[in-house]
Amino acid sequence: MSAASPTPSKPAGRLNPGYGRWTPALFLAPAVLALLVIGIYPTIFALVTSFRRYNITRPRDGFPFIGIENYQKVLSDQTFWDTLGLTFRFFLTVMPFQIFLGIVIALLLHKPGLGLVRTLARVSLVVPLATTYAVVGLIGRLVFNGNFGVANQMLGWFGIPGFDWLATTNGAFAAIAIMDIWQWTPFCALIFLAGLSMVPVEVEEAARLETSSKVALLRHVQLPYLLPGLTAVLILRSADVLKLFDMIFTMTRGGPGTATELISIYIQRVGFRVFDMGTASAQAILLLILTIMLSRLYIRVFYREIQ
Amino acid sequence: MSMRFGRVIHFVGLILVLAFTLFPFFWMVTSSLKDQSDLLASPPVWLFTPTLDHYREIFEDPKIISSVMHSLIIATSTTLLAIVLGAPAAYALARFEFRGKSDLWFWFISNRMISPIVLALPVYLLAQTLGLLDTHLVLILIYLTFNLPIVVWICTDQFRSIPSELEQAARLDGASQFLIFWRIYLPLGVPGIAVSAIFSFIFSWNELLYALVLTRRAVQTAPVAATSFMSGYELPWGKIMATGTVIVLPVTIFALLVSRHMVRGLTMGATK
Repeated sequence: MSAASPTPSKPAGRLNPGYGRWTPALFLAPAVLALLVIGIYPTIFALVTSFRRYNITRPRDGFPFIGIENYQKVLSDQTFWDTLGLTFRFFLTVMPFQIFLGIVIALLLHKPGLGLVRTLARVSLVVPLATTYAVVGLIGRLVFNGNFGVANQMLGWFGIPGFDWLATTNGAFAAIAIMDIWQWTPFCALIFLAGLSMVPVEVEEAARLETSSKVALLRHVQLPYLLPGLTAVLILRSADVLKLFDMIFTMTRGGPGTATELISIYIQRVGFRVFDMGTASAQAILLLILTIMLSRLYIRVFYREIQ
Repeated sequence: MSMRFGRVIHFVGLILVLAFTLFPFFWMVTSSLKDQSDLLASPPVWLFTPTLDHYREIFEDPKIISSVMHSLIIATSTTLLAIVLGAPAAYALARFEFRGKSDLWFWFISNRMISPIVLALPVYLLAQTLGLLDTHLVLILIYLTFNLPIVVWICTDQFRSIPSELEQAARLDGASQFLIFWRIYLPLGVPGIAVSAIFSFIFSWNELLYALVLTRRAVQTAPVAATSFMSGYELPWGKIMATGTVIVLPVTIFALLVSRHMVRGLTMGATK
């Protein structure tokens, strides 16, 4: 059910298609050409650049080909591995919260009753998702301010002393994680809610009569319907974390030091603040390979049944 | 008794969900209405006398007005272009059979996963060579990399739901393929086209990385303008939050219009 085949339809008129052989190409050509020009051509250009010495602050040196030197440099660059490691750690930090809170919210929204409040809560999930990522970072910078931030005030309510979040390594990491959890938990909740609504009504009602235990209901009846959504969430969010830039850039610029420098922030720094385009391109190509592997996995999991 | 208790828990839970999803938004809006001394109060104040000074300030700031205009021009143009290019492709994917169709489909939607930084580097160098840096055009084109896939994906779904009997009847009447697309699929596909247009608009409006890298002074978009206040010793928090509110409010309203389709737009087919 999950699995979303993009071709549920029966092929329209396989015996007598009723259209010319080149008709599909005519309809497809504009979009395909556009994506070739704006997507594929720059990618090839990046690939070529990644084999050159290409520092745009020193154009007089020219941009000579240097073979795989950039790749050797990147692969032996400790900071590159550190930022990848940090990106992975960030993923491992936010996902448990987003999955757990997402399931709890989905269950609250799925449970019948309290029509108005339930509708309001469901609709409100859209707000974090629509908020401009850059603005999320700006809000985070205000909320986690050490002097007048509301985060410290809230800690105070529980008797925990406040601190300057964005000035400390762990504090800054926690702060960007919290903003990410805020923004993307609703996404997980919506996916899980879609999964819960797939449980046949009769099955769920019969189960509710059999057992009063919510845990049993969740485990035996609802969980199987949540699993496909869980896989989707894990794969899509991992691709998102590899892309994550805007919110961190406006909130911490990767700092203090390199405490919040995830992979996209690091590549942007090498490319646009150090202007070492050759190295940055090699990093970007490696990131692209990682992303392609992820999207292949995604397609394998979700589109298996198509031809 | 226990029924009643369950209801209370449910109610409290839903209220907490509301508090969770709305708090940062609430904090941004209230902060935009505080004067500087309330903004810098420690601990922060929740009750205060609201002021519209910051809004007055940003509506008198030509830089912010023009950045909002640039964002509007870019987001609208790229959305229209994505539909003009994407809708015919969606029709082909929905109704024609041809070799390599599923591969083409995957190629379209897999564009969603590519990190903008991968394309930002080469596009910066290419745009520099072509003299396209700091123009509307470069952003309008590069935003197609995520808008085109979303239009193709949502419209393909929409066109498939249109009964193919209509098409066959029209063909018997001798209508050309283009006429069938123009007279049947486009009008009946309006809901899907509208939803994908709203998504394209939201994603383009919200984008920061490409805008930051590919434009300078002449074409500063709204998110870049909001970010540009973040320097100096004492940050103008009221102005920043007012700008944030002005940027976020319209897209939030748009998003509420398509809230039912939100999951589809963001997952590109993971759940259905």
